Amino acid sequence: MKKNLGIFLILVSIMLITFLIGWLKEGETSFLEGGNLTVLLKRTSLFGVLSIGVAFVIITGGIDLSIGSVVGLTGVLLPFFITPPDNGGMDMPVPLALFLIFIISLSIGLTHGLLITKLKLQPFVVTLCGLFVYRGISRVVTKDANQGFGIGFKGIKSMAKGKFQVGPESWEFFLPAPFLILIVIGIIAAIYLNLTVYGRYLLALGRNEIAARFSGIKTDNMTISAYVFSSLLAGFGGILWACDVGSIQPSGFGNFYELYAIAGAVLGGCSLRGGEGTILGVIFGSAILVCLQNAINILGISSQLEFAVIGLAILIGVIVDEVIKRVAAKRRAIQNALQAKLESG
Amino acid sequence: MIASGSNSNSPPLLEARGILKTFPGVRALQNVDATFYPGEVHAVVGENGAGKSTLMKVIGGIHLPDDGEVLVDGQPEVIDSVGRATELGIAFIHQELNLADNLSIGANVFLGREPKKAGPLGMIDNKQIHEETEVYLKQLDFKMPSTTLVRDLSIGQQQIVEIAKALSQNARLIIMDEPTSSLTQHETDRLFEVIAQLKSQNVCIAYISHRLTELTQMADTATVLKDGENSGELTRDQMTHENLVSLMVGREVSEFYKKTERERGEVLLEVEDLVVPGQENHPLNFEIHAGEIVGMAGLVGAGRTELSRVLFGIDQAVSGTIKVAGKSVSIRSPQDAIANGIALVPEDRKQQGLILELSVKDNTILAGLDRYQKSKFTQHSKLREVSDAMVDKLLIKTPTIDQEVQLLSGGNQQKVVLGKWISLGPRILLLDEPTRGIDVMAKEEIYRLMEQMAKEGVGILMISSEMEEVLGMSDRILVMHEGEIAGNLEGDAISEEGIMRLATGAK
Ligand SMILES: Nc1ncnc2c1ncn2[C@@H]1O[C@H](COP(=O)(O)OP(=O)(O)OP(=O)(O)O)[C@@H](O)[C@H]1O
Ligand SMILES: [Mg+2]
Repeated sequence: MKKNLGIFLILVSIMLITFLIGWLKEGETSFLEGGNLTVLLKRTSLFGVLSIGVAFVIITGGIDLSIGSVVGLTGVLLPFFITPPDNGGMDMPVPLALFLIFIISLSIGLTHGLLITKLKLQPFVVTLCGLFVYRGISRVVTKDANQGFGIGFKGIKSMAKGKFQVGPESWEFFLPAPFLILIVIGIIAAIYLNLTVYGRYLLALGRNEIAARFSGIKTDNMTISAYVFSSLLAGFGGILWACDVGSIQPSGFGNFYELYAIAGAVLGGCSLRGGEGTILGVIFGSAILVCLQNAINILGISSQLEFAVIGLAILIGVIVDEVIKRVAAKRRAIQNALQAKLESG
Repeated sequence: MIASGSNSNSPPLLEARGILKTFPGVRALQNVDATFYPGEVHAVVGENGAGKSTLMKVIGGIHLPDDGEVLVDGQPEVIDSVGRATELGIAFIHQELNLADNLSIGANVFLGREPKKAGPLGMIDNKQIHEETEVYLKQLDFKMPSTTLVRDLSIGQQQIVEIAKALSQNARLIIMDEPTSSLTQHETDRLFEVIAQLKSQNVCIAYISHRLTELTQMADTATVLKDGENSGELTRDQMTHENLVSLMVGREVSEFYKKTERERGEVLLEVEDLVVPGQENHPLNFEIHAGEIVGMAGLVGAGRTELSRVLFGIDQAVSGTIKVAGKSVSIRSPQDAIANGIALVPEDRKQQGLILELSVKDNTILAGLDRYQKSKFTQHSKLREVSDAMVDKLLIKTPTIDQEVQLLSGGNQQKVVLGKWISLGPRILLLDEPTRGIDVMAKEEIYRLMEQMAKEGVGILMISSEMEEVLGMSDRILVMHEGEIAGNLEGDAISEEGIMRLATGAK
């Protein structure tokens, strides 16, 4: 938590500022309304899943630009697989469809990882190509036709749409199902990253690949696993987003999501130089992005300004985080020097 | 100093026979034999690029030999990975340190061999890691807790972490590739004690160093390589400076390089009340004349590197003035320094000195690129000329000047850094540990070059922790202690004892 203090403070400040400005302007604010908070939590969860995936890749010192297109691909494939033929679909049983999507996402990650480790291609290039290719496939498979579920499929849709009432009824706040999913994935990811050897290997190789290799670590396999996680979570994210949105346009669904995911991870403390990052930070990072979008809505800031505001806010966030880190490093250095002095004399 | 504990009756621990290893354009090893016995300090000696590190990498599972075989306990083994080498009890402490500096000391010591907690998840047992690491650190007399991040350690401290790592692997053969090149005197002494202790536990230490004094003190046997081939073996009784050198270079070489007398010119660099960041209480005052080689001695951490960084404009002085040839100058960046004729050969070649992926040529001319332009176009033939000249002058061993610098041996990389700054023809040359990892012959060459530059009127400030070098080369010696200039020794006042007294702050 200490490491994530900076990012947490930024998140809280953004929430406070949104609340205060709204309150000063209108005398009341929609920010704290149950409905709004529910949406915030849900969107944070949907983006958070993607950010956690890309965080693994960033920790190895790589990047995954294909996430948005993988979201698009699995997002169109799910309804395409399970809806009846008169709807343009293939009428597959849901479990089979999910299994196929799992295999497809896995193969995508595996392909990225193999190209990057065995052929030594650059992650940026490999996943950039992926970004184009998977988008193209989505459009070809569906002949660019909008995909939807119709009225059925309540079961699978509840993964994104389910919610549980919390607090007084009048507040209208619900815990969205994706939030529970995010918590589960987050805990598993955090345990994996911080408590198992695999997480430690990822951190080590992201910082110094040679050191890791010379310690007998199979660095290639570890790197491949990171790309597999990223694509699997992107694929799963695509399912969630599709269930949530309901109407999916093959050419645009998931566009830019890789950038949001990367921004969330970077805000959350992942260094693009590799070897650094925490899952909690990444979740906070995603929350910041979502809150910013929300603030722009609530405060009536022109939506034309949305990208500019988000970009600037990320920049400021990263600057604040860097400053905090430097101060901490300086303090550590002084402490170490003092200690060394005490011991030597 | 250390009792010879080599037991020649016991069978060899490891034998390398007829090793051949080639790289594109380079035959690094040819028909090399070496036999390592338990409980001995086995020196591997040779000039820069002789193939010492390559031989060790063959034994350590990093390179597979093109021909020849390696026997462990008499059995032929294919050591095709570091993991295999570790299994066979071989640990390798590299010339260029290999730690993940974002992790703690303990995490690095046990990297790849983490103890796990009971239970299905196989989680890392951090408690055990840190407890065990502390034991090894204690053995090495190292005071920082195991949870310290490696990025907060000095190079010397990181070296100790590498040794702790080898200890933790229960290695029977520990390869140390120039372990003392960046250690303080205290750390070096401590290392020798540890080596003695390991010897008594029947561990074999394969020890590479260009500091021949260390070898004559403690090596039990030596394998000498020259141009990738065996040039001889020395036993404990034969281990003299002369024997080592004559096998290394294939001819007799005189004693340590002796400097000649030179004229001292006018003051070139004058530092007045200069306050270096982090040392706010100690304003510095000194001057360097044209034609003078000023040695700067002191313990690691005395503030010598910090001073050189300020003089070269990497860090900003808190206050004070710097005068070059009598004129007060403002040095706010390396560009300012270069414009004033100041050059700095930094202490860390990998981080500060070189762009490892670029060629020898591109590294040599990097700092002076703007000089080799003609109406905005780079004159490539001129670049080759300059870089060829430096390769000749410094005896840089490389197949061509287009070779990537990272493929050169450690000592040859250091020479490229020197060439980069010398080729600029500076008026004031700041050298921070200039001969780290450089062999005896090349050292002489560099000393000769320094003298020649001094004769031509260059003022040289040489920061060095090698006593021989400071004593042998300096016209005058400034000794630093905890950020202060504790003394200025000249002429007859120069002595090893005097330097040590000032450097340790004894009055
Ligand atoms: N990976 C490589 N590719 C190409 N050439 C290499 C490679 N590794 C080493 N060499 C070359 O092999 C020769 C022997 O290098 P090595 O590093 O073994 O020398 P060394 O004896 O350790 O020298 P030093 O004292 O400078 O460390 C050198 O000419 C070096 O340039
Ligand atoms: Mg070497």
